Amino acid sequence: MQNYDVLVIGGGPAGLAAAIAAHKNGAKTLLVEREARLGGILKQCIHDGFGLVRFQEKLSGPEYAERFIDEFHKLNLEAKTLTFVTRLEKNASGFSAVLVNRDGVETVTAKALILATGCRERTAKQVNIHGTRPAGVFTAGTAQHFTNLLGELPTKKCVILGSGDIGLIMARRLTLEGAKVLGVYEAKSTPSGLTRNIHQCLHDYDIPLYLSHTVTRVFGADRLTAVEIAEVDDKMQPISGTEQILECDALILSVGLIPENELAETLDVQLDPKTKGPVCNAQLMTSVSGIFSCGNALHVNDLVDYVSESGEIAGENAAKYVKAERKEIPVKAGSRLLYAVPQKLDLNSDNQKTVLYFRSRDILNGCTFKITVDGKTVFSKKYPFLRPPEMEKLQIDFSQYQLSENSEIQLDIEVKSDE
Amino acid sequence: MNELVCIVCPKGCTMHIEQENGAYKVSGNTCKRGAQFAISEMTEPKRTICTTVRTVFSQAPVLPVRVSAEIPKDKIFDVMREINSIIVKNPVRRGDVLLKDVLNLGADIIATSDLLRQVEK
Repeated sequence: MQNYDVLVIGGGPAGLAAAIAAHKNGAKTLLVEREARLGGILKQCIHDGFGLVRFQEKLSGPEYAERFIDEFHKLNLEAKTLTFVTRLEKNASGFSAVLVNRDGVETVTAKALILATGCRERTAKQVNIHGTRPAGVFTAGTAQHFTNLLGELPTKKCVILGSGDIGLIMARRLTLEGAKVLGVYEAKSTPSGLTRNIHQCLHDYDIPLYLSHTVTRVFGADRLTAVEIAEVDDKMQPISGTEQILECDALILSVGLIPENELAETLDVQLDPKTKGPVCNAQLMTSVSGIFSCGNALHVNDLVDYVSESGEIAGENAAKYVKAERKEIPVKAGSRLLYAVPQKLDLNSDNQKTVLYFRSRDILNGCTFKITVDGKTVFSKKYPFLRPPEMEKLQIDFSQYQLSENSEIQLDIEVKSDE
Repeated sequence: MNELVCIVCPKGCTMHIEQENGAYKVSGNTCKRGAQFAISEMTEPKRTICTTVRTVFSQAPVLPVRVSAEIPKDKIFDVMREINSIIVKNPVRRGDVLLKDVLNLGADIIATSDLLRQVEK
């Protein structure tokens, strides 16, 4: 049986950064990846725009991933690809993991685990689409896999439901490859994706965006032949009489991403219903001592730069992880915040460079983000606007606020109209 | 006055452009690159394109590529036609030029992955 200090599960951008950071901090590290190649979803994200924050360069997904993969190999780090983790167990000395691959079944042990399992796309079944079950209903990620990895165009004429970033990227991608995208339909009254993607993916290619519209039914026996579109009211319920039928051979769904935490749940890691990822402290350690979380498994990020950053935080802290008792206090997010990560601070850790991520619940203009400790404002920052699709990031030195076990940390957003 | 959303970085600033005595005045941008982008949108809009090309390798039927420099927006589909005529027969590396100076636009078509180094023919 092989013994490691740190076992990283997932070889995408979060796992790669975590493994590199754990190794650099002296931990004997193993990375496990179920696919044949490292890089995770970035392998199929061939569009550019990655790495602007980290490298000040506009890289494509493969270019960004391969910078980390090159470093990973240069450091002689160990990865097992085409390998699944089928079981995780916690025991007195740490964790054991059952791995299955082409060599058979083996068990490895590790003192700390880093869960870098990414996220999954919401499917048609999760957004209540009625009708037959023909081929041609794909998630945007599946359509991207067909187009960018297999070289097969999955549609000639399609409708995209949901204005998430992958849906917008795929609208452009399919158009470039000669397919007709009839439109992007979004049930909400505001787009879900980044504003720049609405412009460079839809407007540039004259692809219409219909807000407050949804797909209510699909038609077709073997292959999709048409979809029914309807306008929705402010409760997102279809308005009868507004239905129209659109002929198409594919329906592409970009209706949200959910952090993947099946393995975490088997170890009773506490999840946050808002992020759908583990509740973590600023070291990105979960409610279970020795288990760390990072990347899209922790919360869905819009920029890979932040995924890598959280991987590094988790990797460094997993390597530094000692059995010292934790003393955690909550970081409370006010009602104007959709959520904030981390949800807790460990007073026994160094909180000098705490990285705070948050999203506003609604589109807000002229606002101030405030941190109060025991009712006293210790930090504030003005934002001309905050939008839920665009995650904000701050680095805060919490060590200067003389935090004690009874301290109350509160995050709030104030808007001008409050005054 | 023209309004446009900047696509240079994920911030997505809303910018306004005014023409005064033949010169452009940009407001709403939060960096220099934003102003440059706004003026270029008014004069000669440019974009990068990222796509794939065919290969002869069965395990990796397509290879991701991009243009090495921005190309005029109205030439996107012409450049796509040129790119789609490429078939990669060698295990090229990330950054290798697959087509030089496409349509004399001053941009090369370059591979963006080492993918083919990892597969066999």
